[in-house]
Amino acid sequence: MNDAVWVLTLAAAVSAGTPLVFAAVGEILAEKSGVLNLGVEGMMLLGAVTAFLAAAASGSPLVGLLAGTLAGGGLAVVHAFLSVTMRANQIVSGLALVIFGTGLATFLGNPIEGDPLKPGIVDLRIPILADIPVVGRILFDQDPLVYASWLVVALAAFYMTRTRTGLALRACGESPETADAMGLSVARLRYVHVIVGGLLAGAGGAYQILARVPSWSGAGTTAGIGWIALALVVFAAWRPWRALLGAYLFGAALAANFALQAAGVDAIPAEFLSMLPYLLTILVLVILSASSARKRLGAPAALGVPYAREER
Amino acid sequence: MPDSPPAVAPAIEARGVSKAFPGVVANAGVDLRVKKGEVHAILGENGAGKSTLASILAGLYRPDEGEVRVNGEPAHFGSPRDALARGVGMVYQHFRLVERFTVAENVVLGDPHQPLLLSTRRAEKTVAELGEKYGLPVNPRARVEDLSVGEEQRVEIVKMLYRGADVLILDEPTAVLTPQEAENLFETVNAMAAEGKSVIFISHKLSEVLAVSQHVTVMRDGHVVARAETASSDRRSLARAMVGRDVDLSVQRAEEAPGEPLLVLEGLNVAGEGDTVPLRDVSLEVRAGEVVGVAGVSGNGQRSLAEVAAGMRTPTSGRVVVRGVDTTGKGPTAARRAGLAYVPEDRLGTGLAPSLSISENLLLTHPRPFFLKRKQMEATAREAIKQFEIRAPGPDAATRGLSGGNAQKALLARELSDGPEVIVVASPTRGLDVGATQAVREILDRRRRAGCAILLISEDLDEVRSLSDRILVLYEGRIVHETSGEEANVEDLGLAMAGSSEH
Ligand SMILES: Nc1ncnc2c1ncn2[C@@H]1O[C@H](COP(=O)(O)OP(=O)(O)OP(=O)(O)O)[C@@H](O)[C@H]1O
Ligand SMILES: [Mg+2]
Repeated sequence: MNDAVWVLTLAAAVSAGTPLVFAAVGEILAEKSGVLNLGVEGMMLLGAVTAFLAAAASGSPLVGLLAGTLAGGGLAVVHAFLSVTMRANQIVSGLALVIFGTGLATFLGNPIEGDPLKPGIVDLRIPILADIPVVGRILFDQDPLVYASWLVVALAAFYMTRTRTGLALRACGESPETADAMGLSVARLRYVHVIVGGLLAGAGGAYQILARVPSWSGAGTTAGIGWIALALVVFAAWRPWRALLGAYLFGAALAANFALQAAGVDAIPAEFLSMLPYLLTILVLVILSASSARKRLGAPAALGVPYAREER
Repeated sequence: MPDSPPAVAPAIEARGVSKAFPGVVANAGVDLRVKKGEVHAILGENGAGKSTLASILAGLYRPDEGEVRVNGEPAHFGSPRDALARGVGMVYQHFRLVERFTVAENVVLGDPHQPLLLSTRRAEKTVAELGEKYGLPVNPRARVEDLSVGEEQRVEIVKMLYRGADVLILDEPTAVLTPQEAENLFETVNAMAAEGKSVIFISHKLSEVLAVSQHVTVMRDGHVVARAETASSDRRSLARAMVGRDVDLSVQRAEEAPGEPLLVLEGLNVAGEGDTVPLRDVSLEVRAGEVVGVAGVSGNGQRSLAEVAAGMRTPTSGRVVVRGVDTTGKGPTAARRAGLAYVPEDRLGTGLAPSLSISENLLLTHPRPFFLKRKQMEATAREAIKQFEIRAPGPDAATRGLSGGNAQKALLARELSDGPEVIVVASPTRGLDVGATQAVREILDRRRRAGCAILLISEDLDEVRSLSDRILVLYEGRIVHETSGEEANVEDLGLAMAGSSEH
């Protein structure tokens, strides 16, 4: 293979963006139901460590993926319980889960720190499509989870706009009192979507360790991409297809670093480049925390507000 | 009620229903029976517990005691879904619509018969049919955020009919309607009753109750205090039952000639911003001891007018003079210092801080002294609660928990307490029951006698006519009509409000 550096970089961008795709689509679902889940980073990290342990124990990356997914979902159950049932402040609950998830993952990952993961995920070249010049190399010579992430995006987009429950989901995030009055269970809708969001975050974390990084390296394994996923949701205006696009842009920013170094470009310090996605993220999160800005960006109107029927 | 068991069970019935919220008993042993095919009014002052009762019937609230029966069978509603399944639907006082959805999407929301793959086509058809049948024209493809309040209400009703409601609860449906829209609503209500549906019509307006219902249940302080056939009851007795004393809502006008002008608006032009209507060349003056009423259909510049007068908005040209001081665009504090008080219509949005207590809210406009004197604040608040008959658990209750009418009273209490000489009020009795309306009007009348200049801006013609010495009509940001309070006649005013070119 003698592809140009930029083609390889773009291919790397797709792969680097894939954990973001999973996590961001999950977060979109949770936020559409009206629950802000800031715990994504914790869920991804826990998903990653669980995936490593399960894959190493079973020798199957698929088992690893499943286990990591479930781990993310498990942590999301806690968030759903705190924010829906206990009506806790969602920001506080989410942040607490980041700390808890990170702590637990680091503890579990201590013994395997630095170990290489044997059964990683193998690439799946899609015949014919992969032979298309440039595009084929970038999009169709990837691992199966990249393709799976497209399916997740397509399903989420279809579900949200075209199905009865998708309509209920959106109503629940826009106006829970209306959903309630129309006979929908706000609590159930929120639980389900927060948990699905957590499952997807866990899957993103699992992908990160199974396909992206060579070994477990504590909190550095995900290196804050959970936060990037949160920012991405806003960039994408809560739309799955845009989230896919955005994920690849962020992925490109993450991958460009290596590419530029490889190409010997040192006009821009590498540290600055690796900072870039995080700077963007901070900016978006600051904007996101102002409720007026949230509204203008198209956030669900009741995002972050616990619903209680008999309360004014 | 110890009468013999009825041959046909009531369509919906409440038996000994009680419900308490922290600090208030909203419903205390309430009995209600509504027959099939009847329009049943629930009449009561603000905070009487009408919405609470309705929410219990609709499955939103669970009663602490007592039970609800539908067609004679006990119904233990755990949520509105259960109530809808039994054919009980409610149109809430504060609408429950998803603004970003289309009408059809709002209608099919939560419908268990909707196929998993969303299809609004059938809903669009049904919405059109229902609209035809009951006189509720709505465009199923319109987005709710683009609709007027009247249209939103039609969507709410259609929504419940689509879900097959046989009992429809309308919580203060006319509060947001123009007189014409209210008239149409009455026709719809009658059409539904003729179809065999039962309608529970909640209101505190006697005339509406008399016009639309066959039966009326009167509530006060969480209790049912009277029930009657509407045909055999009269205004006075219903009003007395509702308020607990005699009320007098006759016209009040100044007896003495007005004094010097205290509020002068000169050639005001205001640019429209967002959804507010611009003002064009508006001049008026309000003299001491005079009430000047500004009538007009909502959205014709009332808000701009009130806000310019109160110093909250800067005109592009023209002057605002309060007691000889030019306060044009100098901000609300300057206007206040010149002796002007402003009672906005949006009482929770701009008038009160919802999570602060009543006593704290009363203090908001008195920035001095720096340290709060708890005792004194509490005494002031107690006094205001008594004087303005604010129904609240106490001076420490957050204003968020007050019913709409009581919040308005708290706001008036604050604005009128330190004797301003110029008062700008917007719809001071909107949403208030007769008792409170009378109290508020008396307060304004008393201020007039004391020599205040009052600018009364309201969409309610009755309100304008009952208090004003002079009446102006605002249409598309201009004053198009002027008359004295005595000579005003409804027809001319109505025409001017509708923009008829003769004026
Ligand atoms: N969710 C709630 N939390 C706390 N207090 C409440 C709540 N709902 C009602 N209340 C209180 O219960 C009493 C009855 O309120 P309700 O809303 O039923 O009155 P209403 O008759 O509908 O009045 P209005 O004419 O102002 O709508 C009021 O004192 C109100 O403050
Ligand atoms: Mg009410």
